[in-house]
Amino acid sequence: MAEPVLLLEQVRKSYAIGTPVETEVLHGLDLRIEQGEFVALIGPSGSGKSTLLNLVGLLDRPTSGRLVLHGEDATSLDDDGITRLRGRAIGFVFQYHHLISAFTAVENVAMPILVDRGFPNEEMFARAGTLLDQFRLSRWRDQPVGQLSGGQQQRVAIARALAMNPALVLADEPTGNLDTKSADIAFDLMREINETRRTTFLVVTHDPRLARRCDRIVELVDGRFTADRTNVAVREEAV
Amino acid sequence: MRRWLPFEWIAAIRFLLEGRMQSLFIVAGVTIGVGVIVFMSAMLESMTANMMRRILNSQPHISMVPPDEVARPLREGEASLVLGTVQRRTQRTRSIDQWQAVRRDLERNPEVTHVAPVVTGSVLASRGVASRSVSAIGIEPERYFTIIDLPGNIVAGQPRLSAEDVVMGADLAKELGVEVGDKVRFTAANGTMMTLTVSGLFDLGNRFTNLRNVYVALRTGQALLGLIGGSTAIEVTVADVYAAEDVAQVLQATTGVGADSWIKTNAQFFNVMNIQSISNTTIRLLVGLSVAFGIASVLIVSVVQRSKEIGILRAMGASRGQILRVFLVQGGVLGLIGSLFGSSLGLVAIWAFHAIARNPDGSEFFPLIIDWWLPVSAALMATATGVVAAVTPALRAARLDPVVAIRG
Repeated sequence: MAEPVLLLEQVRKSYAIGTPVETEVLHGLDLRIEQGEFVALIGPSGSGKSTLLNLVGLLDRPTSGRLVLHGEDATSLDDDGITRLRGRAIGFVFQYHHLISAFTAVENVAMPILVDRGFPNEEMFARAGTLLDQFRLSRWRDQPVGQLSGGQQQRVAIARALAMNPALVLADEPTGNLDTKSADIAFDLMREINETRRTTFLVVTHDPRLARRCDRIVELVDGRFTADRTNVAVREEAV
Repeated sequence: MRRWLPFEWIAAIRFLLEGRMQSLFIVAGVTIGVGVIVFMSAMLESMTANMMRRILNSQPHISMVPPDEVARPLREGEASLVLGTVQRRTQRTRSIDQWQAVRRDLERNPEVTHVAPVVTGSVLASRGVASRSVSAIGIEPERYFTIIDLPGNIVAGQPRLSAEDVVMGADLAKELGVEVGDKVRFTAANGTMMTLTVSGLFDLGNRFTNLRNVYVALRTGQALLGLIGGSTAIEVTVADVYAAEDVAQVLQATTGVGADSWIKTNAQFFNVMNIQSISNTTIRLLVGLSVAFGIASVLIVSVVQRSKEIGILRAMGASRGQILRVFLVQGGVLGLIGSLFGSSLGLVAIWAFHAIARNPDGSEFFPLIIDWWLPVSAALMATATGVVAAVTPALRAARLDPVVAIRG
């Protein structure tokens, strides 16, 4: 059996540890995501989706349990190791694009590679340019990102998330700030990347329409997985 | 994007360029601060150097003089004697005992660069009905001119000192109404009288010296003052003028002859110099602090404004060290650019001041002396100040929790 891109074993997360108000928000989660899967993470507000995404994105550490990303046990890494793994194995797409306004579109896309390598080179700009071509943004390649529309900015952000060719792309409400047409374009692009490159996606969404377009839906309620269904099963249920 | 610049420099420069109004204002602040420091330091250095030049133009670094004569009561036998009052002895003009041996000792000291024996005493210079009390200084020209640059300050005639020549200050010559080639009569307190020919007139840049000093050959001076073969002082120069007092104490201890350094005889000047130096340092410190606080406040605002961008950079793999360096570089760049403009501003200001501010006769207040190390050191200091000022905001940026930063 191939190694999973993401493996969670009994992952727990508590806040205010050791105080009278200690709260456990994730209660021993187990999850396995294989390469090439396009997974939707759904659940009501306050269910722990963002906390889980922060743990999977290595922006936070679990209180206990094991988190293996791309074959590396992240729970045993120090801060530098976590930062390095995060930069190389994970791409982030947020609800708001969070592009760096001081740079152009192509520079923003190349930024993760620049951060990783330390010095700019032709290769990283060629790669960023290819991604912008693929996302039909080559016309705006050298524009400051502040001059792009919201939809274009989010597409640049998705391209940036793919710059390091990550094992896993984490998308937190990636279309939440976009109109329906722009949302469809952005989502279609992510699906296209998933299908052509077999890049794994974990998408947090409140939009049932988008969730139904994913291969698999994982539901989190009150810090526990309550459902984990394939897209086929979901559609059959709907029927 | 410059290919040879690392990520930290690229991000720092882009952030500064994007917030160009903020950057412009803080660079202007640093420019003014550094400009004030350069202007003040250059002016102070010029004035101090000018004062020192004036003092040392007419004065040796150290004068070896005979020790003061003291009253010694005579006692007969072992009988004790109680004296109600002991009068201080009058100090007559006298020679240093064994001055040739003392001179040889002085010449052997590695700190000493030149040695010249002189004979000095008060005489009356008169011509016609005009007379002035002056200090006659008998010198060996070839030795003395290595200590006091009389030939370089001759304004009329020659610095020639044969047995019947005298070189006097231009101001004294004017008061006595004499010119080069005229004769002047000199009368010593012991009654010796000599008539000497004015061979040259000097201007040592000090009116008192120009009125007071007249130079004659050593033998002429000895004859005039009744000190045949004697020397009332040995003038000395040392390698480090600021170490003159320390060297003087060593020479006094080793030779047994009194030693007065120029620092001791100009103690008031040194006090003024010290006070100026302290006030200059205080002003520099305060200006430096205000520059540092200015840079720090701008960068703290920048960290707050860019917290989401810092968060996203951290999310995409930027280490705390990289984020720290992005802000340290910004501080350094602000300091460096401000100091380059500031040094230029300070130098232009000092040149303008020197050109515009003049004495009533049109002569310069002081000769402009600019140590080119000054703008370089100002630039280095300002850059270092910028980096140090950026430490707090940079640490704040580096410690940002990416989750909190992105969430805002």
